Amino acid sequence: MWELILRFLGDYTVRNVLLGTAWIGVVSGMVGSLALLRRQSLLGDVLSHATLPGVVLAFLLWRQRDMGLLMTGAAVAGLLAALLIFVVDVNTRIPRDGAMGLTLALFFGLGLFLLSRVQNLPSARKAGLDKLIFGQAAALVESDIIALVVAGLPVLLVMLLFWKELKVVTFDPLFAGTLGLPVRWLELLILVLIVVTTVIGLQAVGVVLMSAMLIAPAAAARQWTDRMSHMVLIASLVGAASGTVGAVISSIGPHISTGPVVVLALTVFVIGSLLFGARRGLVWRWLAQWRRRARFRTELVLEAMYELWMHHDDKSHGHAARVIQLTTGQRGNTQSALESLSAEGLVQRLPNNSWILTEGGVSAVRTRRNRRNASDERA
Amino acid sequence: MASPRTAPALKVHDLTVAYRDQPVLWDIDLTVPQGVLMAIMGPNGAGKTTLIKSMLGLLKPAAGSIRIFGQPADRTTMRRIAYVPQRTSVDWDFPTDVADVVMMGRYGEMGWLRRPALRDRQAVAEALAKVGMDSLAHRQISELSGGQQQRVFLARALVQEAEVYLMDEPFQGVDATTETAIVEVLRALRRQGRTVVAVHHDLNTVQKYFDWIALLNVHLMAEGGMEETFTEANLRRTFGSAVVQWSGS
Repeated sequence: MWELILRFLGDYTVRNVLLGTAWIGVVSGMVGSLALLRRQSLLGDVLSHATLPGVVLAFLLWRQRDMGLLMTGAAVAGLLAALLIFVVDVNTRIPRDGAMGLTLALFFGLGLFLLSRVQNLPSARKAGLDKLIFGQAAALVESDIIALVVAGLPVLLVMLLFWKELKVVTFDPLFAGTLGLPVRWLELLILVLIVVTTVIGLQAVGVVLMSAMLIAPAAAARQWTDRMSHMVLIASLVGAASGTVGAVISSIGPHISTGPVVVLALTVFVIGSLLFGARRGLVWRWLAQWRRRARFRTELVLEAMYELWMHHDDKSHGHAARVIQLTTGQRGNTQSALESLSAEGLVQRLPNNSWILTEGGVSAVRTRRNRRNASDERA
Repeated sequence: MASPRTAPALKVHDLTVAYRDQPVLWDIDLTVPQGVLMAIMGPNGAGKTTLIKSMLGLLKPAAGSIRIFGQPADRTTMRRIAYVPQRTSVDWDFPTDVADVVMMGRYGEMGWLRRPALRDRQAVAEALAKVGMDSLAHRQISELSGGQQQRVFLARALVQEAEVYLMDEPFQGVDATTETAIVEVLRALRRQGRTVVAVHHDLNTVQKYFDWIALLNVHLMAEGGMEETFTEANLRRTFGSAVVQWSGS
C-alpha cells in the first residue's frame, strides 16, 4: 500500500493530477457552500453545462489547445448564460427555474452541436475536446496546474475579503439592501464566483459533473456543523479528498474518466455524512428514537408489574415474563425491559425465573403517578 | 404624544407602486412625524408591506418620492432607518447563531473589509438584553421559536442605532413573552425620541401599543393621531363591512 502511494507521489503526472483535482475540490467546496445556502444548487448545474459552447468556440477561433484560451471561452459562455437567466427572469413571465432550464438546453445543445462539427477536424481530435464532457485529469500538465491556481486564488481571496457581505446577502438579501449594501452587485459577484469555479473544474471533472463538485461537498459539510465558516472549511476538505480519490483511481486504469470517479467518491461522503453527521445524522436520530422506544416499553412493563402487584394479595408472588407482557398489551421484548429494570433495582428475578417488583419499583411508580396527577391538575 | 418638530421623519409624496400593470399603492401622501409610534393597518392586499419596502428604497415606485428628515432618500439618509422584516422572510435553517444574526445589523456601520470590534460585540450584547434574549446568544437559530426569531430580528435592528424603525408585522404569531418584550422596546424607543412605523393587524391592541396610525387600502384612507383617526367611519372605509361587527360589539 505504502509502496503504491510513494510510487504515485513520485510520478510527475500523478502528482499534477492530484494537485489539480484536490485544488478544484477546495475551490468548489467553498463556492458550492454559498450556492447551496442560497438555494442555487441548480444554477451551478446550468452554468457548468453552459460553458461547453464557449470552450469549443474558443478552440475554433484559435485552433490550439491552450488552457488559458479555452477557460476564457468557457467563462464568457458561463457569464452569458447567467445574464440570460437574469434577463429572462426579470423581463418575462417565465419563472426562474424555467429560465434556467431553457438556458441549459440552449447552451449545452449548442455546445454539443459545435463539438460534433469540430470532431471532424483532425487537430480537434488530438486536442481531446470531448474529454471536457466527463473530464480527464490525467491530461493535466504543470502549466494547467498553474492556470488553475491563478484562476482559483482570486476566488478564495474574494470569499475571504467579502465574507460578511456574502453571508448577509445569502441569509437575508432584503435586509442587506437596507444596510446600503449593493445587493445586485454582490449577487452578480457570486455568479462570477460560480462561473470561475466551474471553469476551473472543466478539464479535470468535466462540464456534466462539475455541478456535483459544487454541491456535494457543501451538502456533506452541512451535516457536520451549524456554522457557516466551518461549513465552508469542511466542504473544501471534502472536495479536496474526493478530488484526490478520483485522481488516484482514474490514474490506475487506462480508460477511467476522472469526473465520474470523483462524483462516486463525493456520493460516499454525502451518504456517510447524512448517516453519521454530528448533529443531523440519521443514524443518531434513529438511535435516539430506538432508545426512546425502549425507554417507553420499559416504563410500560413497570406499570404492568405495579398493576399486577396491586391486584395480588400475596405481595411476594412473582410473575412470568409472558404474563407481564400480556398485561402491557404490547408486543416486543419484555425480557430486555425486565433486565434493564432489574439493573436499576426496580424489579427482581426470583429463583423460579419469575419477576417481582422491589420496594424501589413500587415507590418509583407512585412518585411518577403523583407527579403526573399534579401536572394534570395544573393544566 | 410627541409633537412634530422641524422636518418629519418620513414623508411619502405622491407614491404609486405597481406590480406588472396592477397598482398596489395608489397616489399615497403620508407624513410620519418624528417620535411617533405609527401603526399601518389595512386589509390583506392593501399594500402595507409594499409601503414599508418603498420607504426602505427596496422597490422602485412607478411614481413619487420619499424624503427622510427632509432629505431625499440616498445611501446616507438610509443609514438613519432600520428594518425589521417579517420573520418568515428568511430560511431559519441557515448555519449560524443568534449573536451572529444580530451582528449583521452592524455590517453597514462597520464598512467593507472590517471585522466586528469590541464596540460591535457590546452593542449586540446590549440589544439582546433589551429583547430578553441574552441567555440565548449562542443558540443555533434553527432552534428558536417564532417569538424568539422575531426578537432576534428586533435586536438586529436595534444595533443599527437608527432613528427610524420600520417593522413588518412584528406581532405576527408571537407568544405573550415576546409581545411584552416588543412593547417594552417600542416604549423605550419612543422615550429616546425615535420613530417607529409598524404594520399591525390586531384592532384590539393597536390603540394600546401605538399613538399614531395610517389606514391603508391601496389608497391612503386616513392618517394622524390615534384618537382622531381610529374611528368607526375610517375603519369602515378601510376594511369594508367586515369590521362593522367588531365595532358594534
